[in-house]
Amino acid sequence: MKKRNGSGCGFEIDLSGKTAVNIVGAGLAGLSAALTLGRAGVRCRLISPMPSERAQSVMAEGGINASLDTMGENDSPVQHFEDTMRGGVYLADPNSVWNLCSKAPETVNMLFSLGAALRTENGRPVLRNFGGQKKKRTAYAKSSTGKILMTALTDAVRRYEAEGLVKRYPHHRLASLEINDGECTGLKVIDLHKRTVISLSGSVILASGGMNSLFPGMTTGSALNTGDAAALAFVSGVEIANPEFIQYHPTTFPITGKRCLVSEAARGEGGRLFILRNGKPWYFMEEKYPELGNLMPRDVVSREIEIVKNDKNCGGKVFLDMTGLDRSVWENKLSDLRDECIGYLGTDPAEKPVEVSPGIHYYMGGINVDEHHRTNISRLYAAGECACQYHGANRLGGNSMLGAVFGGQVAAGTAASEIIADNTGEEESEPDEKIAIMQPVGIPERAARIMRDSLGIFRDGERLYGAVKEMQSLIDSENDTLQRNRMILGKAVLLGALNRKESRGAHTRTDYPERDDENFRKTTVAVFDGKEIKVGLRDIPEKRGE
Amino acid sequence: MKYLLEIWRQKNRDTAGSYRTYMYETDSASVTVAAALSELNEKNELTDTDGNITERIAWECSCLQKKCGACAMLIDGRPCLACDTRLSESKKGRLRIEPLRKFPIIADLMVDRQIIFDDLMKMQLWAESDIFADDRNNSVMYEASRCLQCGCCLEVCPNFAAGGGFYGMSAMVPASRLIAAMKGRSANDLKKRYGRAVTDGCGKSLACRNICPAGIDIEGLMARSNAAVLWRLFSGLRDKNQ
Repeated sequence: MKKRNGSGCGFEIDLSGKTAVNIVGAGLAGLSAALTLGRAGVRCRLISPMPSERAQSVMAEGGINASLDTMGENDSPVQHFEDTMRGGVYLADPNSVWNLCSKAPETVNMLFSLGAALRTENGRPVLRNFGGQKKKRTAYAKSSTGKILMTALTDAVRRYEAEGLVKRYPHHRLASLEINDGECTGLKVIDLHKRTVISLSGSVILASGGMNSLFPGMTTGSALNTGDAAALAFVSGVEIANPEFIQYHPTTFPITGKRCLVSEAARGEGGRLFILRNGKPWYFMEEKYPELGNLMPRDVVSREIEIVKNDKNCGGKVFLDMTGLDRSVWENKLSDLRDECIGYLGTDPAEKPVEVSPGIHYYMGGINVDEHHRTNISRLYAAGECACQYHGANRLGGNSMLGAVFGGQVAAGTAASEIIADNTGEEESEPDEKIAIMQPVGIPERAARIMRDSLGIFRDGERLYGAVKEMQSLIDSENDTLQRNRMILGKAVLLGALNRKESRGAHTRTDYPERDDENFRKTTVAVFDGKEIKVGLRDIPEKRGE
Repeated sequence: MKYLLEIWRQKNRDTAGSYRTYMYETDSASVTVAAALSELNEKNELTDTDGNITERIAWECSCLQKKCGACAMLIDGRPCLACDTRLSESKKGRLRIEPLRKFPIIADLMVDRQIIFDDLMKMQLWAESDIFADDRNNSVMYEASRCLQCGCCLEVCPNFAAGGGFYGMSAMVPASRLIAAMKGRSANDLKKRYGRAVTDGCGKSLACRNICPAGIDIEGLMARSNAAVLWRLFSGLRDKNQ
């Protein structure tokens, strides 16, 4: 029997070495969970349709927040906490956010100790400015921070793979969750190479990313992050929280089939947004928000872009002007971003402003979890973008990778402390040629149109009401289980938006333009009972004393 | 513009494959092979130019912007990422699209690249204790962190064969991150493994030179890591002679 310390998550337990936790998703949250379990000596399975190198986390660009205060600005976890709460318009669980922010320096230092090639000066990570934060708090590696962190974590987890503590299932798609009497006892996965079904027992951590299949062509993320695991969980009785909060990143541009991100780092390093008004550049963010200017939180910037684009005195197109950036900034901090603009847009951003518009980038809502990353089902946990945690009504740039890594640690710690039995059971079916390797990337076009038209940056009740009805009729006539599950999840998003009769963060209702703390500073919780979706509001926990 | 895409279709490892031609029409010069494959698969019925209704094309994609390496395949004989190859780059509007040939086929354009990850495991690419990027090694560690593990460099390499003792540049690049930071005995052990799996087997054909879709400075990294390995040997000899 081994006794190890689950570094970073503050637990210490005895383990037989036979227990197993199943982690669905091998991006930052999944790898972080696997590393935590590996270090603690708990066996886990790391299940993903493709290897970690293909996970959406490798696309994350700008950086990861922690009040390391290496820039001499007297930053602190308290200020990080306050910025995160304010940026999320006070909808996040303050205790969870405090855990996140107070442990952020430890979390980033842990990644740094794995040899993550974050940019350094005098041997310590350099920090950059990011939206919604007055202090330099974002550690980075040019605009490829996600890739750099993923490489460090993948190598670190490999050690535990070699020890037999982490077993990878790297071409395996989640098929079903085994949930009985409110308890999760395992899952079934499809081996996409052999076309078999494998039943695996044990508890489950979902770390499967956002729900891009609901918005085909409109997102900056990976085609792998369909949200199918969250949809499957939802139709199996798992609660979804705050699904109406969808982050439109202000600076994206379209390429065929998706949107490409221009990292917030571009504005952090001095990029300026403008639109032509009466033929002259109008730096609208700087004029409207003198203090933070172009670095206001993303919900605010995206909303302002939509407003000026529809202003009759303006030219209709918004540009990001990065032509004033120093050559050293391009060389040392944003060279990859520049290559991407040249490659996909044909524009050198150092020479010419780039046309940008908002695109779907992140889902603040998702599987409802408590401070310990438990769902409403025993021994089922969720972390990373698939979970609703930390970000409230709007996520700050730099907090997603932090939330994924920290959330993975917390979920793993909770899962390990709640293991009740040997869970190494595994059964594999015979190969079946009927098992499809390929699946549709998005929901059917009619359903996609409903989501697109009613869940933009500005929303209204009448349209949402019609969308809910129309979506239900499409659900009723859909025979494909996968698409049906996705559309049921989509309907929960619509209902969350319809039910929230206020404007807050990424949810702006033209018919309810004001924030209403009294009635709506609450968490939307949606649950599916097998026939219908019930949506309600739940109180946010009070902050405990520190 | 009309494009003819000759795509390798193979149901599974046990059946024979063949090329089927599909018509794809677009007004945009920037449409990539990945975008075309996605669109073909979205059709209710995927019909080839002979009028046969065929199954969805099996292929792997994730990021669609050359950050993940999933969609590596042969396009007109060259290993590359489908998301980084425009249809307009083709000659006379005709493209031949095949799976990478050095890896076992799963179906159509999808191959099993597990050998790449098995080799990283065999090479024991991890650090036993904390390692740090600092101002001196930062740029090397950054560059060495960028490998997509897509397999393009292995496809063109005359020395790499799946299951062989030479692991190729997809092992050299991530190893270089660790070599740049690790110290002491574990670093020496890693350098030994690196010497066997990389230095000894590379014939310096430089076939991989301009293949990496991520544009990694393969030669620069290898020169540096090889030098570190040679220095270890040299220091070992020197210590022996003293």
